[in-house]
Amino acid sequence: MATPASNRYASERSPRILAGGLALALCIPALAPLIVIGFAAVSPDAEIWSHLARFVLPEVASNTLMLVISVAVIGGMLGTSLAWLTAMCEFPGRRFFEWALLLPLAVPAYVLAFVAVGFLDYSGPLQTALRGTFGSSVWVPPIRSLGGAAMVLSLATYPYVYLLARSAFLTQGRRALEAAQALGYSRSQASWKVALPMARPWIFAGIALTAMETLADFGAVYIFNTRTFTTAIYGAWFGMRSVTTALQLAGVLMVFVLIVFVIERRSRASAAFASARDMTRGSPRFELSSTGRVAAACFAGLIFAIGFALPIVQLAIWAIERIGDLDSRYFGFVSRSLLLAGSAAFMIVSCSVLLAYIQRRLPSRFSQAVIRLATLGYAIPGAVLAVGVIVPIIFLSNALQDLLRTWFGAGAPTIMFQGTLLAVLLGYLARFLAVGFNPVESGLQRITKSVDEAAISLGVTGAALLRRVHMPLLKTSLATAATLVFVDVMKEMPITLIVRPFGWDTLAVRVFEMTAEGEWERAALPAVAIVLVGLVPVAMLTRRGAHVA
Amino acid sequence: MTVDAGELWHAAERGLLQPVDSAVLAANIPEAYRDPANRWFGFSIRARTLVYSTERVKPEELSTYEALAEPQWKGRLCLRTSKKVYNQSLVAMLIAQHGEELTEKVVRGWVENLATDVFANDTQLMEAIAAGQCDVGIVNTYYFGRLLRDKPEIPVKLFWADQEGSGVHVNVSGAGITAHAPHREAAQKFLEWLSQTESQSMFADRNLEYPANPGVKADSIVLEWGEFTPNPINLSKAGELQAAAVRLMDRAGYR
Repeated sequence: MATPASNRYASERSPRILAGGLALALCIPALAPLIVIGFAAVSPDAEIWSHLARFVLPEVASNTLMLVISVAVIGGMLGTSLAWLTAMCEFPGRRFFEWALLLPLAVPAYVLAFVAVGFLDYSGPLQTALRGTFGSSVWVPPIRSLGGAAMVLSLATYPYVYLLARSAFLTQGRRALEAAQALGYSRSQASWKVALPMARPWIFAGIALTAMETLADFGAVYIFNTRTFTTAIYGAWFGMRSVTTALQLAGVLMVFVLIVFVIERRSRASAAFASARDMTRGSPRFELSSTGRVAAACFAGLIFAIGFALPIVQLAIWAIERIGDLDSRYFGFVSRSLLLAGSAAFMIVSCSVLLAYIQRRLPSRFSQAVIRLATLGYAIPGAVLAVGVIVPIIFLSNALQDLLRTWFGAGAPTIMFQGTLLAVLLGYLARFLAVGFNPVESGLQRITKSVDEAAISLGVTGAALLRRVHMPLLKTSLATAATLVFVDVMKEMPITLIVRPFGWDTLAVRVFEMTAEGEWERAALPAVAIVLVGLVPVAMLTRRGAHVA
Repeated sequence: MTVDAGELWHAAERGLLQPVDSAVLAANIPEAYRDPANRWFGFSIRARTLVYSTERVKPEELSTYEALAEPQWKGRLCLRTSKKVYNQSLVAMLIAQHGEELTEKVVRGWVENLATDVFANDTQLMEAIAAGQCDVGIVNTYYFGRLLRDKPEIPVKLFWADQEGSGVHVNVSGAGITAHAPHREAAQKFLEWLSQTESQSMFADRNLEYPANPGVKADSIVLEWGEFTPNPINLSKAGELQAAAVRLMDRAGYR
């Protein structure tokens, strides 16, 4: 369908080349780390590598694998069952749990982790009380273990499965069930044989997201002292001082990531087959037996309590105990967090708009591929990106330095891009471009070509079309994109920690430093601030969810 | 400015620091606590030594770091993760003393004696001793000082390790001047100021470490722990042997 507008653009070569170039440039932050890792893989530091392969890799790989599998299974079951209950059944408190079960999204895994360790460890309040009452607490399983880490990561990530599975059940589930029942299946047969299989792509996509989060997690496993790839990368850099080794570990981690990534892409593709609206209207929810209703409410209540309510209460108590910590330094932590999050949000939303318009105006295989590449970074763990971004930056600034030296001699100004905000922001751009791009893209898709044509026929063209028609229509999507990026950056730990400029401590870095010293009470205050900000997009999601349901 | 002599050694080794010839610094900071080439200076000293439960351990039972590898401590020892640079420096010192083979035996012995998985930090470790999860451990003194300030009644005490042999493992927090520092003289003045009585006692009060300047007294909490003989090995050894220490601990299964 050739429209006047697209014809005009297609006939002009120079904007096309410019746009292509810009889009390609946006791929660099995500691609450069992968290329660097590729180079490192072919030039191993043989001596260190053989040591790692023998003593470190086996443990790291098996820990990572076990962790991913258990989080996928536990998080998948929690998310699917809760989604089923709130979408298909009726039980006391259902309306409340519908949105409340999303709240753990606001709590970063590393915060949940230190609350769990602080509260549940041998010397923590729970076991101390148990020993006081029963004389012994040896029967309590150790929290600082792989199992503990898996539990916490499952609680922190099940909402991804919940969210996707729920929308699958809501948009197709009950109607499909009615049809199946009309064809002679019993209710439970219909559930297992029709509704669940139909929701499978959504559930798998959700599980793939939890797996990706688990592979990318650094803060939580650090607190549990579980050796996984991300902590091994950090250790190779800061303990062995070998960036090459860090890159090689990153390479092995990327193999795991790739597998999960393929699963996610496949599931998403098949999830596209049926997403009709308003399928729920009129079809009644399941009536549970009275025991079933109580059990459903208890189950949802339990997960809500241990995933959100209790940790928040504990955090609040600790934060109030240590409120004396709140001194002028906090002004710095907060303002640096806000500044980083704000500038990242601005940068990423701008880039997303650019990409989305390239996709709209110059749709081609090339632009599709470029956008895929540029938004790939969400699958790359922060620890990998950190190493992958800093190495080319050091290389670049050294090359520039040499160039300046040959021009100006010894008096040349010193170039050091490493340890600047630029490096941190590039890392964020790679990691979070997809987070910003998806809402902008879907917002722009909702503005149909006919809207453009109507505007053009009324004489509104070019920049005025953008300003007067597109921007007002896109406002909500842009705000959503900016908020999501803002919060993700506030929570982000490994990139900020590894690449940040000297002395640039943010709230998340403060949490890291306090938990690294085991000062759980003192980590609570910055954590509370991060959680409060994190509640904003969850509230937005909830409101949007209310429209669907 | 950073903690751990190993880190400072690395900075010096990579040419990031320049030598500072200062009579003031030479007079105030003893030789063991500074770089032999004067590229960095330690300003406060932390000892890494043993802690024990006053309820379940008699101090006579304790002696050296190495002795914690003996079977009588099976299931009674708590350690912090080997990822922490303080443990890397401690093991590096043991390597300097005994060579890799013997040190590896000691570290394996520690691992066998562990009561529970290693801790992410010293504070948690001491709380585990107080709660009865284990009986002995190895920590930096100022962590113990901080804990005492919060909980004076805690049933945990310090023990100075290896007083009949080589002495307690010490480490520093220190500083140097970067190779291309634009304000070299001001930086040198600052370092000199840091080594003087006034600032040294400020240091000591706030972080509960030992002042590097021998003429300055430590905080009263710290003084109560009594005198100790430090291990005289120059701290830059810890830097040199750090990578070897990391690998040794990996081999021994010390996580």
